[in-house]
Amino acid sequence: MSVAAAVERTGGFIERLSDVLFRRPRMLTLLLLLPPLIWIGVVYVGSLFALLLQSFYKLDDFSGLVVHELTLSTYAELIEEAHLQVILRTIVMSTMVTLACAIIAFPIAYYAARYARGWMKAAFYLAVMTPLWSSYLVKIYAWKLILAKEGIITWMAESLYLSWLLEAILALPVVGGPSLSFSYIGTFLVFVYIWIPYMILPIQAALERVPGNLIEASADLGADPGQTFRTVLLPLALPGIVAGSIFTFSLTLGDYIVPQIVGNSRLMIGQAVYTLQGTAGNIPLAAAFTVVPMAIMGLYLFMAKRMGAFDVL
Amino acid sequence: MSSDANRKAPLGLSAAAIAGLLFLHLPLLLIFLYAFTTEDKSFQFPPPAYTTKWFSIAWSERPDIWPPLYLSLKVAAVATLLALVFGTLAAAALSRARFFGRETVSLLFVLPIALPGIITGISLRSAFDIMGLDFSVWTIILGHATFCIVVVYNNAVARFRRLSGSLVEASMDLGANGFQTLYYVILPQIGTALLAGGMLAFALSFDEVIVTTFTAGQQSTLPIWMLSELIRPRQRPVTNVVAVFVFLVTFLPILAAYYLTREGEHTGGASK
Repeated sequence: MSVAAAVERTGGFIERLSDVLFRRPRMLTLLLLLPPLIWIGVVYVGSLFALLLQSFYKLDDFSGLVVHELTLSTYAELIEEAHLQVILRTIVMSTMVTLACAIIAFPIAYYAARYARGWMKAAFYLAVMTPLWSSYLVKIYAWKLILAKEGIITWMAESLYLSWLLEAILALPVVGGPSLSFSYIGTFLVFVYIWIPYMILPIQAALERVPGNLIEASADLGADPGQTFRTVLLPLALPGIVAGSIFTFSLTLGDYIVPQIVGNSRLMIGQAVYTLQGTAGNIPLAAAFTVVPMAIMGLYLFMAKRMGAFDVL
Repeated sequence: MSSDANRKAPLGLSAAAIAGLLFLHLPLLLIFLYAFTTEDKSFQFPPPAYTTKWFSIAWSERPDIWPPLYLSLKVAAVATLLALVFGTLAAAALSRARFFGRETVSLLFVLPIALPGIITGISLRSAFDIMGLDFSVWTIILGHATFCIVVVYNNAVARFRRLSGSLVEASMDLGANGFQTLYYVILPQIGTALLAGGMLAFALSFDEVIVTTFTAGQQSTLPIWMLSELIRPRQRPVTNVVAVFVFLVTFLPILAAYYLTREGEHTGGASK
């Protein structure tokens, strides 16, 4: 009797709704998923497709208006000499930055994975996480201070009587310039600096899974440290390096702030997109330019997935 | 790699690791140093002399700093709230269910971070054009929330996976309905993960510049103000003072988020 009364009392709307949702978990999942899915799946992905569509339009040279007809002429414009150079330059820069990040990140990740214990481990993690999350512009600004002609690098070179070396580096063709903050070397350094944490974390995640006795076994079987590194450690760390390179490569491909603040006047893809859509008003060509990093990253992600890089993310 | 706890690292490796960490951290110190220099026309090193006047100048004589600061705080607060709601919903749905296309959907939610910011920026801008939306605070918020959702989602989904199903069932067996279970059992369990995700989202939004340049129109957030000071410097040390402030505003939530998620590793009932 009292049980029946209790059941009777819990018959309000909230309870009934709760019961319906509990009995139909699929409906609950759908209800939960629908709002975020509409935002990301419809609004965001929709805008991406709208952008893609724009790249098949073209800009009328006389009126300066966008002609809404499907054409490939914008892509024909994209593979002109000057534009190809922008693309090539950006890809070379992204590759160099990725390689440098991997080389600098590996010892940090290896130390953190194999030797750091207790508070050291936490300290290493924080030491990587804080630069990763701290302000992007502040980090670039710090390098503007470092690389300036009157800045700390010039001062150090003078104090160490190495000014001739700095001048020799700046006199190099292509990568040099009037000062480090107006050269490819400067752009490269800033990119390496701001993306390095993205490389450390996945390499560390991959190395954490390598059993220590594997390294010992390799040494016991007569491999010297170099051989152990090449034949045991590196292949096992490779998925982590590939995962990290997704970030360093993709972020460099699309960045337009770094080369604008530290660099010479030769454009990278991001800057080309920014000026084309802004002052030039040539949205179709800007859209075609963004297809390049999208296509490269699509291919890259496909290959990374086959190498198992996603398991360490 | 836990089998060799007593091993000492080779000297070369320790040196390379320490050098790498110094490379990561020393540059930021210069930001602090240059906030106290007396030289405001160049980045002369070492600074000719030191002063604290730029802090009071930034506080009282540069009214151009305040509107961007307010706008940034407003945008970050609203974007974080939106991201908390949508990111948690997505995480709850994707962690509890197995359905066809689930992998694709979870990939979708990471897309705004995986693609370069410039692509997100320009596609949102052209979408606003097509929809006839004028630039306003809301266009900035929409852009920021899109990538903030990912941050909250990532934090929440990790915690949801650890959340024990038996706790929820026990709550239901003891007579709680779905909403009571949500309020008394699930929310306390995921609370710290949400707080951490929210703080990271706030830091990310407060600092974002690439997407913002496309969705802001003529409005100026604090990062956009900083960007214009970097391109056309006025009183350089004042920019440093603001940079120090921005650094602290983003650094403290990150530190807090770290401690929150670390303590939350022992989720109740997870051993069952």
